[in-house]
Amino acid sequence: MDSGNTAWVLAATALVLFMTPGLAFFYGGMLRSKNVLGMLMQNFFSMGLVSVLWVLVTFSLAFGDGGKWIGDFHFAGLSTIGNVKTVLPGYAGDFALTIPAIVFCGYQMMFAVITPALITGAIADRMKFAAWAVFLCLWAILVYAPIAHWVFSPTGWLFKRGALDFAGGTVVHINAGIAALMCIIVLGRRRGWPREPMLPHNLPFTLLGTGILWFGWFGFNAGSALGANALAGQALMNTNLAAAAAMLGWLITERIKDGHATTLGAASGAVAGLVAITPCAGFVGGISPIVIGLIAGSVCFLAIQLKFRFGYDDSLDVVAVHMVGGIIGSLLLGLFADRAINSLGADGVFFGGGSDLLIDQLVAVGSTLLYSGVVSFILIKGIDLVMGARITADQEDEGLDKSQHAESAYA
Amino acid sequence: MKLITAVVKPFKLDDVKAALKDHGVHGMTVVEAQGFGRQRGHTEVYRGAEYEVDFVPKARIEVLAEDDDVRAIVDTIVNAARTDKIGDGKVWITPVDAVTRIRTGEMGSDAI
Repeated sequence: MDSGNTAWVLAATALVLFMTPGLAFFYGGMLRSKNVLGMLMQNFFSMGLVSVLWVLVTFSLAFGDGGKWIGDFHFAGLSTIGNVKTVLPGYAGDFALTIPAIVFCGYQMMFAVITPALITGAIADRMKFAAWAVFLCLWAILVYAPIAHWVFSPTGWLFKRGALDFAGGTVVHINAGIAALMCIIVLGRRRGWPREPMLPHNLPFTLLGTGILWFGWFGFNAGSALGANALAGQALMNTNLAAAAAMLGWLITERIKDGHATTLGAASGAVAGLVAITPCAGFVGGISPIVIGLIAGSVCFLAIQLKFRFGYDDSLDVVAVHMVGGIIGSLLLGLFADRAINSLGADGVFFGGGSDLLIDQLVAVGSTLLYSGVVSFILIKGIDLVMGARITADQEDEGLDKSQHAESAYA
Repeated sequence: MKLITAVVKPFKLDDVKAALKDHGVHGMTVVEAQGFGRQRGHTEVYRGAEYEVDFVPKARIEVLAEDDDVRAIVDTIVNAARTDKIGDGKVWITPVDAVTRIRTGEMGSDAI
């Protein structure tokens, strides 16, 4: 055990927790005022429900020793996790943890909390709160836990295969992005979309939320070094550079295409860059994060047009920013990875590693899209059939705040 | 007696208020309003999607006046609110049958 490493991961845990309220404000500001509490509640509720589930069963399914597909119930209810001598399966040799298992478990808990929270931006304004609660519960266990096991646990099949994901490009962003797409396919469009303008009610909230996300993301990415060391410093630098470059990429593309550089564009671009650098943060160096950020910022901006082309109402562009941004980052890692930065990583195409890593990344991206897509679709469809996933038209006109929570955000 | 109603650009509200006070007007009612005339609305762009916003924010001012003071008050409002650009707003006059001051029960001209 190393007290310096432990101290950093404890601090990073708090940083990652803070991202969920940050996300709630990032999203909430983009909605009409009648739905802002509904959005904040869907996010805050994840901090409640997913935390409890994590300790009861999800952590054990994600990091237990059940083979390459999923963990087991050995650590259910935090069994043996409080013992400093407990070694998590696969974390030996090069991957040996220098922090207590309880600290690792707490840190990973915050990832499990924010991942399903990302979905709320797509389903905004029209999902029953009870249906969201049920979906959140089932999704955390049946979708998040297995994919986290495949990618993060050294016993998982994608980890063993050599696919790289430093902080959750596949597990968090592609996973939530494709699940969001399945949810909106089942839920359908909001009433009036895209004919009626549904304008943001408080863009300052959105920019404040972006600031909180950017700040918290240092815990997300640099914390994933699981130590207070040079790799954490590299991840922190990469994270900031990608966010900065993606903001520029988005604003330049937007200015050329639509004539204005917007505040919402600055916020969205930064988030797109943070998403794309997530898988790469501890495996790339030099100016690679700037290139990755520029590509992510401009491509994610253009990807927003897909929803108008195909007619799906991705309210706050979760698919374009998280799914597309996650895919961009995960695949670019196959080009830009550099073992000089992280000896446990690999060399990408541009660093003399050939195409092996790129193929592993394609497999990881494809299998995450497939598994999360299929299971998420079954879950949301099943919930819709059993209890109805969508609020009534009257409730939708009234807004989530009053219809779901009997409250108003602004007196 | 007449009711003078003016719809003006919100940033001109202070100028109109000051000009009316200088003219000797004792009171007015102001409401934040939205609307459009020949100015039409405007376009806003969010994440690459353009939206037409039809209603433009305006201030609506109501002033009660004696018949022989109406012309002067209208001129005062028009001069204070004019920017010579589209969207400056309108002023109109409607007849008023009776006015009562609630505190004293005074009626007619005494209540203005």
